Amino acid sequence: MAIEIRDVNKSFGTTPVLRDVSLDVAAGSLTALLGPSGGGKSTLLRVIAGLERPDTGTVRISGVDATRLSPQRRNVGFVFQHYAAFKHLTVFRNVAFGLEIRKRPKAEIRKRVMELLELVHLEKLADRYPSQLSGGQRQRMALARALAVEPQVLLLDEPFGALDAQVRKELRAWLRRLHDEVHVTTVFVTHDQEEAIEVADTIVVLAGGEVVQTGSPVEVYDNPANPFVMRFLGPVTELGGSLVRPHDIEISQDPVEGGSPAVVSRVVRLGFEARVEVEIDGREAWVQVTREQADRLGLEPGDTVHVRPLPGARSLALAV
Amino acid sequence: MTAITVRPVRRPAGGTAAGLGVAVLYLSLIVLIPLAAVVWRSADQGPGYFWRSVTTPDAWAALTLTIGASALVALINLVMGTAIAWVLVRDRFPGRAVLDTIIDLPFALPTIVAGLVLLALYGPQSPLGINLAYSRAGVVLALMFVTLPFVVRTVQPVLLELDTEMEQAAASLGAGPFQIFRRVILPNLIPAMLSGTALAFTRAIAEFGSTVLISGNLPFKTQVAAVNIFGQIESDNTTGAAAISTVLLAVALVALITLDALQRWGSRRG
Repeated sequence: MAIEIRDVNKSFGTTPVLRDVSLDVAAGSLTALLGPSGGGKSTLLRVIAGLERPDTGTVRISGVDATRLSPQRRNVGFVFQHYAAFKHLTVFRNVAFGLEIRKRPKAEIRKRVMELLELVHLEKLADRYPSQLSGGQRQRMALARALAVEPQVLLLDEPFGALDAQVRKELRAWLRRLHDEVHVTTVFVTHDQEEAIEVADTIVVLAGGEVVQTGSPVEVYDNPANPFVMRFLGPVTELGGSLVRPHDIEISQDPVEGGSPAVVSRVVRLGFEARVEVEIDGREAWVQVTREQADRLGLEPGDTVHVRPLPGARSLALAV
Repeated sequence: MTAITVRPVRRPAGGTAAGLGVAVLYLSLIVLIPLAAVVWRSADQGPGYFWRSVTTPDAWAALTLTIGASALVALINLVMGTAIAWVLVRDRFPGRAVLDTIIDLPFALPTIVAGLVLLALYGPQSPLGINLAYSRAGVVLALMFVTLPFVVRTVQPVLLELDTEMEQAAASLGAGPFQIFRRVILPNLIPAMLSGTALAFTRAIAEFGSTVLISGNLPFKTQVAAVNIFGQIESDNTTGAAAISTVLLAVALVALITLDALQRWGSRRG
């Protein structure tokens, strides 16, 4: 295991932010800490980096107890949401920083920095200052800077949170590819379930300072541990007292076994899919269908249809 | 058959032009014209007279003392002002808000009152047993007192705005506290430190009120340039007074330009 966290507790004042958190991160994995804001995920990341001290519990990095080690001696790379670029240094010197601190020979530094700048596609901007870069470029520079010292683990705190949607999408795909090339154990914090599912190979859901569920994106999406995780990872609707994914509901004009009658209240077309809003016994629900299905069924508001969960669909009973 | 392209020239809008006019007029009346008059006056009786006025033993002594003491005070401010700003921004202690307010006192106090206070505390009847009256150390002390806020007040806002994540990033890259200070914090503070120092220096070379009591105004020993100028005017040597003033003006200008150039050089990189 690259990172082993055991029974970590942390409070700010009287507010507990981490409660008995235990977690293993496999070497070479790309793990997402996913959860709503205030769930403790950033604090956990900072505890791993040594930027926060846990009140109790231990953190081991590559088998070494790092609980009492200062950030300087942990050899982790940390990437901040707002880049934390050294404003007074060029892109080259930013990336070289950790190597200069380690007093590596000049020629070696030059070679390594240029390699990294090529990796993050900034080799042409080596002499620029951070203020002359776009947000996406700054974050790639910050990533190269963190990678320069060959960290044992790379930690990213909402790395794409400050970027606009388009750049965020590009950087996600790029981070995934980069990880496939570099293979450094990586943990990133996000509150965006789509980002976690798309990029990570393991998702750790944190809420209220506790680890709620750990698993691959498919496991967490298909077998959520509780209604909270199910709601957080994707769209849900209520059907017969259970939580169901709206794309796991079958809709038909004729009565079906196990189906309930429903009245269509609205049909919304969203590009390739359609959202059918229905009312079942006075309760609202919605069904996600393809555009083609919607056309075939010819649904109009006021129509009576029959809905039932698809066979094998995951549903979670809600407490009444 | 030449095509003439008319390029639209951007003119300041009416409001902007009026604003600019008022600003220039105001600046001229309050600052530029009086300064020009002093320079003009100093050249009244030719460059020879100018040179002789500036190099009379007492004038020269006053000028070198003033510039030397001011440079020393500026350096002390550079270090101490930054340290005070650091404590005010980064440390939490009871009475911080009070201390923060007290920093401005030397600005608010009439300088002659400052002189009086210093004389009472460090004069012949000093309750501390420290007598700096009529000594050059007294002059330096008075200048330190009146210029204290400059560096503090220019560095403080920059330090407040400084991204502490930069320091955390440096720490996780292996930099120790001293390396973080030298490689990350200091380079970001230097422009503000320099501009505060320049202001402190230029204020110190013109100081009159606070030094006049504690220095005793002994010619060749503790008389500062401003007091010397005052003396020249009292003895009806207006041209001589204007000549010494012009030298002070030139020194202040050179100091401001040099530090501004240093800052531009710094900000071009940042």
